[in-house]
Amino acid sequence: MHVISELSAVLATALFIFALYWMNDPKTARRGVRAGITGMTVAVVATWIQPGIIHHGWIVAAIVAGFVVGIPLSQVPLTAVPQRTALSHAFGGLAAGLVGTAEYFLWLGEPGGAHFTPFRTGALVVEVILGFLTFTGSLMAAGKLQEVRWMPQRPVTYPGQNIVNIGVLAIAVGLGVVLVLHPTAPWSGQVFIAIGVLALVFGVLLIIPIGGADMPTVISILNAYAGLAAVAMGFVLDNKLLVTAGALDGSSGLILSIIMCRAMNRSFTNVLFGAFGKAQPAALKGEQKEWKQESVEGAAQLLEQARNVVIVPGYGMAVAQAQHKVRELYDALTKRGVNVKFAIHPVAGRMPGHMNVLLAEANIPYSALVEMDEINPEMPQTDVALVLGANDVVNPAARYNKGTPIYGMPIIDADKAKTVLAVKRSKNPGFAGIDNELYVGDNTWMLFGDAKAVLADLVKQFGGGGIH
Amino acid sequence: MTATDFGSMLFVFVLATFIGLGVIRRVSRLLYTPLMSLTNAISAIAVVGSIVVTGADHPLTIRILGAVALFASMTNIVSGFMITDRMLKMFKKQ
Repeated sequence: MHVISELSAVLATALFIFALYWMNDPKTARRGVRAGITGMTVAVVATWIQPGIIHHGWIVAAIVAGFVVGIPLSQVPLTAVPQRTALSHAFGGLAAGLVGTAEYFLWLGEPGGAHFTPFRTGALVVEVILGFLTFTGSLMAAGKLQEVRWMPQRPVTYPGQNIVNIGVLAIAVGLGVVLVLHPTAPWSGQVFIAIGVLALVFGVLLIIPIGGADMPTVISILNAYAGLAAVAMGFVLDNKLLVTAGALDGSSGLILSIIMCRAMNRSFTNVLFGAFGKAQPAALKGEQKEWKQESVEGAAQLLEQARNVVIVPGYGMAVAQAQHKVRELYDALTKRGVNVKFAIHPVAGRMPGHMNVLLAEANIPYSALVEMDEINPEMPQTDVALVLGANDVVNPAARYNKGTPIYGMPIIDADKAKTVLAVKRSKNPGFAGIDNELYVGDNTWMLFGDAKAVLADLVKQFGGGGIH
Repeated sequence: MTATDFGSMLFVFVLATFIGLGVIRRVSRLLYTPLMSLTNAISAIAVVGSIVVTGADHPLTIRILGAVALFASMTNIVSGFMITDRMLKMFKKQ
């Protein structure tokens, strides 16, 4: 029996590595999903047939419940994918925290406490802290992304916030050290519960000061935590498969976090403790410039006469559910021989890769989706840059204005295009509360309105034999 | 657990992390959203620990904790793999 579980663990690990390897190309990526499902099935069956497993009814009931909730969760609209992802990090953290709690009290009930080696108890503490803080933190993130009414969307800060947060975590870790030294004392159960509660509280406190623009980074960090919680569970249960699969998830979350941080020119600590969006709005050079507004007819004419058009999508496109109208515009322009590309900033949207998925949903070929670093050298030859609900990622102030919180963040050089058309919902500043200099640029014309409605009007201009 | 176990577990962890970093670094930038839902489903391997806690002959409260963990992991496995496949189906070259 031991041989079966060892071999199945090796097989499942290999399949999981292949699953991720095949994600290097959209052509082979679906094969990766099949490899992942196979690996997971092997692991579940090999565990289930172990002789010590006797309560089969319980297992069947929990698995059926998982399917009942999981299937509808996989059918959410793609604009809701960031929330779903945060929710699944929460579930992952919850599972780790609960298994850790169960193991602790199981071993506490056994005479002698032979299970409590310092390494194992330490791993147990790490598992429970990471699991429970990921649980509440991810629930908070999901709530903010879903824009639950009683939850403030903007970052909430108060004096001494970081001291409170770090203090709560430090007490939890300190109690963890106490537990490693005295795992079976009469009061150890209470200490364990206190650690769990503090971790739950810390998860909430951690996300309170986080705003929407930081969500791609925060989701990635929570992803890494969920993976590391699984690794710690593997240490506790002496199970190598948990360690390898958790390490794969953890390294994925780590790499994505690094990429997101770099794309915002910020550090981890700055994202978690810096409370973006608090900074004072940066003053514009010289006197306040005025917007120049363009009519839909004029914008359509500009687009039709262009040879190269670059569309810069942002969170506003997702909010307006405008991706299908984008596709119609893309079709209308391509049919007229206009070369249309999409400039994708790594942190556009609310999670890594958010824009790519939305545009792929609208059937836009992925060969038209171009990364920031590749599109920027082409911007000076671009006739029209159409900015669609993107804000901070095209703000030229990031290049030189040290007073703005986005200073140093790499941006898409939309302002270098010959003409800029910017679609914006209202005349208010964006999420980060920063004025965007692009909108008052000499070559910029604004189109005010809901992205979907503006695009629908634009597409209408191209219907019935062009513009006159 | 003996000292050897402790060492070999850390060994496995370090090697798996390096493999993960190497493989993830090559993932297409187009696919970061599906990557996250896929790794999410994979890290629901916590299902293995949950099955042991739920199914073995443990006290009732322990098994209830296990069953909730098993439900949470299973939800992640089902929704994670399904939504990953749903998104990947949409990526077309032309």
